[in-house]
Amino acid sequence: MKQNVSREEFLKGIWRDNPVFAQVLGMCPMLAVTNSAINAVAMGMATFFVLVGSSFLVSTFRHVIPKQVRISCFIIIIATFVTIADYTLLALVPGVHKELGAFIPLIVANCLILGRQEAFASRYPTKLAVMDAMGMASGFLLALFSLGAVREILGDGALFGFKLFGENFEPWVIMILPPGGFLTLGVILLFFNWFKTKKDEFLEDVAAAQRSEG
Amino acid sequence: MDNLLWIFVSALLVNNFVLTYFLGLCPFLGVSNSLETSARLGLATTFVMLVTAVCAWLLNTYVLVHAPYLRLISFIVVIASTVQFIEMLIKKLSPALFRAMGIFLPLITTNCAILGLAIFATNRGYGFWEGIIYALGAGIGFTLALVLLAGLREEAELSDVPALLKGTAMNLIIAGILSLAFMGFAGLFSTT
Repeated sequence: MKQNVSREEFLKGIWRDNPVFAQVLGMCPMLAVTNSAINAVAMGMATFFVLVGSSFLVSTFRHVIPKQVRISCFIIIIATFVTIADYTLLALVPGVHKELGAFIPLIVANCLILGRQEAFASRYPTKLAVMDAMGMASGFLLALFSLGAVREILGDGALFGFKLFGENFEPWVIMILPPGGFLTLGVILLFFNWFKTKKDEFLEDVAAAQRSEG
Repeated sequence: MDNLLWIFVSALLVNNFVLTYFLGLCPFLGVSNSLETSARLGLATTFVMLVTAVCAWLLNTYVLVHAPYLRLISFIVVIASTVQFIEMLIKKLSPALFRAMGIFLPLITTNCAILGLAIFATNRGYGFWEGIIYALGAGIGFTLALVLLAGLREEAELSDVPALLKGTAMNLIIAGILSLAFMGFAGLFSTT
């Protein structure tokens, strides 16, 4: 049973409550850094680290943090982890760090992270909070990657820097420029909505069939 | 003087915070459903940006030269306390305005455009006046984008849109088209 609960917390973040597609949180880094798949993945990893780390700390100290100043406490914990991530990326992959630029420090203001602390980590035991954070962060990583991959393939004809098409491919440059980010995410959300409507219809049909049989 | 003008127009149109840097998207998509509230939120944000620019300059010049790794933490603390302070000030001075602003005032803390402004201004090494002009341009640009989207959304409410497209998906596509239009400003200062 216990195993199932934590697995459920992990899985819900990936699909059903996916932070980007279902909750529309954390849009700023989502659109800004997804002009190539590698940037998107680096951003996703950094967010993963920050979210899991701060959920762990917040949930461990949830009885110590006074209620009135909890938001400030969360923000300072998050800012600490972001500073660690910033300097780690600078040391390990300076090229990617340069491309992401100001958007690494801006992870602090990602409403997804603060939202999880307020809604989940500050109320549940450490183990569940970490599972929840890992699920949400994986969902975010997945969303970042799918957006980054689509934009890089269309806008540059490549994935992770490897050319996919022949010489004659004419890149759709607008896709790696800012408008492409808005448009691609809009279309992906559209697909997500469509899928959800279809699934609801299907479930209703199944329920109706069961009723008529019974 | 030319330099200051360039910083202003660049932050206002060419590098609009919302439409080219993707900063402050949460309020951009969240509260842009009516013209009036978005204009008000834009003005409040501009004000916080101005105060933040001054504070960031003070911090950068006098404190952070000794401890650059504390930059992020001190910026976010400054922004959070500025917003808190402004909230108390407005509540004291003009209760009517405070009620009108409502929940938007505290939400400004988590607007990444503000933190982004402080970080960009630091990275580019802006001085005191440059910082203020930059904040002004960015704030007005934010307001402009917000008001434009709100206007378009109010129109879209009245038209016959497929049910599937309603909500965030359509807002994103509208924003994409707006962003395309703003790309036209990119050649405005090609000589400098």
